[in-house]
This record gives sequence, structure tokens and C-alpha cells, in this order.
Amino acid sequence: MQSRYTTLTVTAGLFMLLFLAGSLQFDGFGSTRVFANLFSDNAFLAITAIGMTFVIISGGIDLSVGSVIALTGVACGLLIGQYGLHPLQVFPIVLIGGALFGAGMGALIHYYKLQPFIVTLAGMFLARGLATTLSEESVPIDHPFYDAVADFGIQLPGNAWVGASTLILLAVLVAAIVLAHFSRLGGYIYALGGNAQSAQLMGVPVARTTIAIYAISGFLSALGGIVYSFYTFSGYSLAAVGTELDAIAAVVIGGTLLTGGSGYVVGTLIGVLIMGVIQTYISFDGTLNSWWTKIVIGLLLFAFIALQKLLTGKRLLSANGTREFSHA
Amino acid sequence: MSNLQSAALPEQPVSPAGLRGKLPSLSGRYLWPLLGLFCLLAINLVLTPEFFHIEFNDGRFYGSLIDVLNRSAPVALLAIGMTLVIATGGIDLSVGATMAIAGAVCANLVVSGVDSVFVLLVAGLVAGLVAGAVNGGLVSILGIQPIVATLILMVAGRGIAQLINAGQIVTFQHAGFAFLGTGDFLGLPFPVVLVLIVFAAVQLLMRKTALGLFVESVGCNAGASHYLGINARAVKMLVYCIAGLCAALAGMISAADIQGSDANNAGLWLELDAILAVVIGGASLMGGRFSLVLSLVGVLVIQCLSTTIIMSGLPPKFNLLIKALVVIFVLLLQSPRFQAQMAALFKRVKKQPGRAA
Repeated sequence: MQSRYTTLTVTAGLFMLLFLAGSLQFDGFGSTRVFANLFSDNAFLAITAIGMTFVIISGGIDLSVGSVIALTGVACGLLIGQYGLHPLQVFPIVLIGGALFGAGMGALIHYYKLQPFIVTLAGMFLARGLATTLSEESVPIDHPFYDAVADFGIQLPGNAWVGASTLILLAVLVAAIVLAHFSRLGGYIYALGGNAQSAQLMGVPVARTTIAIYAISGFLSALGGIVYSFYTFSGYSLAAVGTELDAIAAVVIGGTLLTGGSGYVVGTLIGVLIMGVIQTYISFDGTLNSWWTKIVIGLLLFAFIALQKLLTGKRLLSANGTREFSHA
Repeated sequence: MSNLQSAALPEQPVSPAGLRGKLPSLSGRYLWPLLGLFCLLAINLVLTPEFFHIEFNDGRFYGSLIDVLNRSAPVALLAIGMTLVIATGGIDLSVGATMAIAGAVCANLVVSGVDSVFVLLVAGLVAGLVAGAVNGGLVSILGIQPIVATLILMVAGRGIAQLINAGQIVTFQHAGFAFLGTGDFLGLPFPVVLVLIVFAAVQLLMRKTALGLFVESVGCNAGASHYLGINARAVKMLVYCIAGLCAALAGMISAADIQGSDANNAGLWLELDAILAVVIGGASLMGGRFSLVLSLVGVLVIQCLSTTIIMSGLPPKFNLLIKALVVIFVLLLQSPRFQAQMAALFKRVKKQPGRAA
């Protein structure tokens, strides 16, 4: 039990260390403004990664999230632009759509005993394909509501701006913490990831839980897609390529065990912030190129997986990479 | 329905008896992937009769079929490596990034004045071998789940390739190296010949030595294989290294084909195509029995599908959507078998409680 907090502490410590290092090195890095921007710039990723956290805690994986973000954006653009619906009418539609998409994948995974990896891979193709079919071009979103959202926010001291996307992220975070630790479903998810067989024997409704997990992930990806469209004022079928990997990396850096059963939503948020700090550091530095971000994130991923292994000792060894997705 | 069942039988995870058992069910195993391929070819025949037209010009064959073969060469190479990795119960997501690295290494060597094709080939292959060894080390020595272990290189690999290229798209002129991607040999495009050579080499290595058996055994039950005296770690290390080498070759073909190295786009998403090809070929992602031939059939199915979509006049934007639907269909086709297996397994476990442990 203690080891879980250890990873979380290491993650939080690393974030503070990186932020401190940046602040000491560059003028203006250690400001509330930069800190607030970490949230607003990465809100869509954080929201998506929070959904991914539940999936990974349950012992699964969801590769479709990036495509769902793109599909949501394109759907929003078309429904608002071509069909003249108000964004507030469109959002429930795409959110429910995202949840149903996830639920469908969850049902395939549970009822047909297919591996989450391959089902969500197919889901990734399907969502990306649907988005491309709807529109190959970028669909601009031009609506007074979007302008209002962009203007909405709270001014903090130090020229920091807490915008709508940050507020949505914080709301999702609170909801996710309540779901994970103060609800029955949350308990089921942890139980399923700890040991699917024991969970079933203890009376966890595996079917309902599995479907709910992927529905949550689909819902949050769609929400991430809406937030993403707030930045770009458009929907594009090739948007957010590779977000699924960033989300998985954030979850792992946040201390969630890849074997399932253990992890914290807060850790994932800090994981996203760490990735954001690295990006900010590189843009402040100016001489480093953006591809260093990928290399550093890769190294961090390795370091955290090695740390997980060290802390959990034999547990990962026994999994030994052969049957990690087995539901049986 | 009876077809489905006959196809289903041979795909059970290899039990010790299944390993020894000969090929009464072979036709069933080959039935679905080949049927799919023939259906696609038939559709093409109806749509465009000239699809099967092959011309011999200037010492080389030309035609749509040759194009299909040529275009599928990189994925075919990846699929050969991927088949072995999947047979051990693993997965390699990093092959696309490895392609980019190998391409970048070769392109920069050419630009810096290396002229010998042999040196270029060796350099590219060494890059692939290192990438494969990193994956293999993470999986077999550290015991990290393959999907995550290879995810590291998938993320970092493109960064490394961009680092080698200094963020540019590096273009080059080198007739000898370009031959890898655009040359022809014995009337066939050289990439196709290369695929055939690699296929023959790996097939011989796997089927004429006990190695193939070891790979399947490790995929079925790594623990049991260990007690049988098979060095499961070494076998896993080997298959990831082979996958790395195959990816490097694929990367060099792609780089030679466009006479340049684009770290962002070289081999992008091809790892997924390679995995799909193996799945369409009927291999179980849980590991166990594998067939290189079927994986190559899977590659051709994917490539024919893309060609068919273009030939049929549908806009290419439907490509991804149709591919996704085909994957889901193939998965579902395989699943009743899985349910039946589960049912059979539970029955057996009930009858012999001792085996449950």
C-alpha cells in the first residue's frame, strides 16, 4: 500500500523539481501565469488522460482516444456550421456519442473476450475513418458561443488567466476523484484491475463495470475533443494524432500501475503537468528543439516503469509480459 | 456455419498435442485469409479487368498486381518480424519508429559522403538491431509488458530520428542505395525480392531448426517452457531483434524509395498495419502458433483492400473506415471460437479439478 504513495510522491516531487529548475534558470518561468497556462494548454490531454486512468487501473488500455477527440471536433464543426445547431445542443449529442462509442468497445471486449488493445485499435481506425469520411478538410467553427467561451475566465494575480478549459478540467478532476474513491463503481474498477477473477467471484458485475469503464473513457475523450475545439475554433480529422500515447505516458508517469489495480487520478494530472513543464522548459530555452520533448518523455516513461518494477518487485515479474490482458 | 467451425478448430492455442499434431486442419487455417484475398481479387477483376494484366517491358514486369506487391513490401517485412513477436505473446509498437531511425541513419551517412552500399546496409541494420535489443531487453530481462516496453521506443524513437536528421527532411542522391527501393531484379521490383529473401531466411530458421517450436512454446506458456529447459528470455530477445532488423530493412526501402528521410512520417502507422496483417492471418494475440505465410497473405489482403477501394471509385477517404470495419469483422469471426474454447476449457477443468491449478 505504501508503495502507491511512494510513486505519487516521486511524481509530485519531480514536477516541483522541474518547475523549480525552470524558475531558477529563466526569468518569468516561476510565475502564476506559466503555472496557470500549464493547466489551460494541456486541459484536453488531462481530461482524456483521466479517462485513460480508469481504463488502465482496470487492467485495460484505450488506444482510440485521440481519434475520438478528432471525431468530436469534426462532428461539432459540422453540426454547428452546417446544421446550425447551438453548441449547447451539440455538446450533449457528441458526449453521448463518445460514451456510446466507448460502451460499444467495452461490450466487444467483455462479451467476445477480445483484447482491449486490438478492439480499441480497431476503434481508433473507426473513429478516425468516420472523421475523415465526414470531412477531410478542417471545419471552421464560427459561433458567438465559442467567442464567449474564449473570453470567459478568472483573472488571477500575476497576469494569470484561468479559462473555461481549466475550469472544466478541475470539475472533471473532482468528479473523477469522487468516482474513484467514494463510489461503488470506483471500487469495482480497482477490484477488476487487481484480479478480474477474484472480482468476479466476489460479485463484481464485470460486464457492467467493463462497459462503464470504456464508456467513461469515451465520454471524457469526447469532452477533451470539445475542449480541444475551444483552442482551435475548428474540427479536423487529423487533429490530436498520437494523443493516446501522450495520455498513456501521463498515466504511467502519474504512478498508475500498468498491470492494473492501483493508481490515482491526481497522479495522472501531475503526469500531464510534468509533460507540460518539459514543453514549456524547451520553449523557454529556445536552443533545444521540440523533438527533445519526445525523447525526454520516452526516458521518463522508462524511468517510471523501472521505478514501478522496483517498488512492486515480483508482481510485474510474474506477469512476465505474456498474458497481461487476459480476462480469463 | 460448418465452415466457421472447421476454420475454428486449428486455431486453438497450441496444446502439447497440437504441437505434435500434424496438419489435418491445415486447410481450415488457410481458408479464411485466402478466401478474403480471393474475394478481393475477384471484386477487382469485375471492377477493372486490366487489374490482372501484367506486361514485360525493359526486363521488368509491370501491372497492378506487381504494384500491389511492391507497395506492400515494407509492411510485409514488418509483418514477418511482428509474427514472431506476437507468437511469443508479445507485441512491437516501435517498428514504425525503428523504420524512421534506420532511414535517418542511412540518409545522413549518404549525405556525409559514405558511398559503399554495404556500409549503409550494415549501419541501417545495426540501428534496427539496437532498437530491437532495447525492446527485447526491456521485455525479457526487465519483464515489462511488451505493449508498454515498445511504447517507450515508439514515443522516443521518432524523437531520436528527428535528432539524427536535425529536424529536417534529409534528401540524398545515391544510385546504389536507391536501388533498394526502386531497382528491379529478375524482373521483379527489388523490394519484393528482398521480402522473398527475408521470408525464406526466417522461414528456414524457424521451421528447419527447433527455433520455431521454441517460439510457439514460449508464447503458449513461458513458465512451462522454462521448466522444459527452453531459455525463454533468449527466445524473446531474439524475436525482438529480428523484428528490429526487419523494421530497419523496411525503413531503408522506404527511404531509398523517396530518396529521403522524413522522421515524422516514415513508417507512420505501419506498425498497426503489420499487427492487422498478423491478426487477419489468424494468429492469436495471446501467442502460440504462427504462420509466416498467413501473415503475408494478411499483408496482401490489406494492400488489395486499399487498391480495391481506389479502383472501385470510392474516395480514398473511406480507406480507414473500411479497414476498421474489416478488422472488427475479422475479430468477431474469431471470437465464437474463443467462446467455444472457453466453454470447452471450463468443462475440462470441471472434469479434472487437478488441472485447474
